[in-house]
Amino acid sequence: MTTTAQAFKFGDDINTDYIISGKYKFKSNDMKEMAHHAMEELDPNYYERVSAQGGFLVAGTNFGCGSSREQAPLVLIHSNTKAVLAQSFARIFYRNAINTGLPLVECDTSRINEGDALEVDLEGGIVNNKTTGEQITFAPLPPVMATLLADGGLAAHFNKNGGFAL
Amino acid sequence: MIPIAGEIAGKTIAEKIFSKRANCDARAGDIVVADVDFAMSQDGTSALAIDAIASMGADKVFDPEKVAMVMDHSCPSPIEGVSAIHAKIRAFGKKTGITVYDWGCGVCHQLVPESGKIVPGDLVVGCDSHTCTYGALNIFSTGVGSTDGAAAMISGKLWFKVPETIHVIYGGELPRGVYSKDLILHLAGLLGVDGATYQALEFSGPVIDALSVDARMTISNMAIELGAKAGLMAADDKTLAFFAERAKRLGTPLVREPEPVFSDEDATYVQTIEIDTASLEPQIAKPHAVGNVCGVSELIGTPIAEGVIGTCTNGRLEDFAIAAGVLAGKTIHPDCRLVVAPASRDIYLDAMAAGYIQTLVEAGACIVTPGCGPCVGTHNGVPSDGENVISTANRNFKGRMGNSNSFIYLASPATVAASMLTAQITDPRDYV
Repeated sequence: MTTTAQAFKFGDDINTDYIISGKYKFKSNDMKEMAHHAMEELDPNYYERVSAQGGFLVAGTNFGCGSSREQAPLVLIHSNTKAVLAQSFARIFYRNAINTGLPLVECDTSRINEGDALEVDLEGGIVNNKTTGEQITFAPLPPVMATLLADGGLAAHFNKNGGFAL
Repeated sequence: MIPIAGEIAGKTIAEKIFSKRANCDARAGDIVVADVDFAMSQDGTSALAIDAIASMGADKVFDPEKVAMVMDHSCPSPIEGVSAIHAKIRAFGKKTGITVYDWGCGVCHQLVPESGKIVPGDLVVGCDSHTCTYGALNIFSTGVGSTDGAAAMISGKLWFKVPETIHVIYGGELPRGVYSKDLILHLAGLLGVDGATYQALEFSGPVIDALSVDARMTISNMAIELGAKAGLMAADDKTLAFFAERAKRLGTPLVREPEPVFSDEDATYVQTIEIDTASLEPQIAKPHAVGNVCGVSELIGTPIAEGVIGTCTNGRLEDFAIAAGVLAGKTIHPDCRLVVAPASRDIYLDAMAAGYIQTLVEAGACIVTPGCGPCVGTHNGVPSDGENVISTANRNFKGRMGNSNSFIYLASPATVAASMLTAQITDPRDYV
């Protein structure tokens, strides 16, 4: 299955405080409401820009470093972010994204520009940059993560199997 | 390195703990489902964990003795939203029988090691990234999200990728005025904020051996700031004395006898870094990244409006002894203020008994409830626009303390205390 959307470009070391500030996670437990503050430290209009049409968050290295807050992938999902494409991901964020059902693509993002139209084929491991014409390939998820994502996240995996079936 | 047939390569601490808990020959790179000895969440992550447990169809935890939820990030509650989360945690505690640490108990990363419910050799997960702190106690502990935490709480298991290990060996002696905080800030500068992503750090050498348990925990606490999954140390007499002392104070035996785990001499490390500490000066991480590190001498004179001594990084008795030593008989400069947050109630009591709290209050410090204090920006000392803060915490991200227009410098308790006397970044070596 391929998804087509616009690229929203950010830099390296985007930490979870930038994805959703700690001050909001204590104000509410409603992710739809909290999603309005997604990425606002770096782009106060991120939610408005991405939510209507959907988009790919494109970043550099170490995306999602910092805290363990699962609100980070959840607010991205609820802001209509279709997937995060980055050179590399921080470990806890990586697990949280898979567990909550946010697709991640680890690939060379250096030649993707803000506003590029991207077509992402998660299973095939291909990013088609329709603006530049470039095709970027990436390694598919390792089997354990692929199973969890295919099941719809860890909670759904537990419900389906009555526990871990990895 | 791939072992030759018939030859069995040694193991790191991480590989040994996963081998035992997953009941297999675990090697770096393997994915295992392992038994978890303890699972924890705090007030910023518990609500989602409780929801995840419900969505998994569970109404109890695998073993109430092995699960805790801690209110530490925002206590006493400053707003209704937090109060609602706290009420939800209390209700879950009543329903399941898990341990709930309410307002004023302290920070999860001090309370769990103090509880007598985890011991050397254990595997622990916590819904907080600084769960890696207990690595200093020879425990493989790592931060996870709320759904992972929920899975561990109801099943007693979690999947892990066994990490490769970077070995960091500290040789020489710590110069006067240089502390364990300076060692880990220096390493963050050296390796960068993703220098150990997906990997474990193992710390050893004469400098580590000479440190107190309090000081060692500061180092392991910040392993995550380099992207690491764990920050491990071997157990020694000091480690075992910490647990024996806790059992005595609690009046109950430890959950089980400690089973210290040591890395083999022929263990395979992905990288070995040797650092001579003899010429190290006090270190500072500048805004807005933990890897943005320099020596204190580069920043002397930078104006400071607020200081913080506390948090899961540096809120222990030794930290207050150092700060009180710098501030004894002196007064904080009128252009700045100091917030002090003990990491636990026991530490608060000990610091009072030792006279450190008296000294700090007389110098002009505000003492706040044991807990995370101002570190996460929900209350207890949000800086105003344009202000510089010097803090013993572990993160200086933009907006971390609740105001995006302020600037956070990270340093040791001695450097923070010395800077309070001048309202400028100050070299602590002139005061200790």
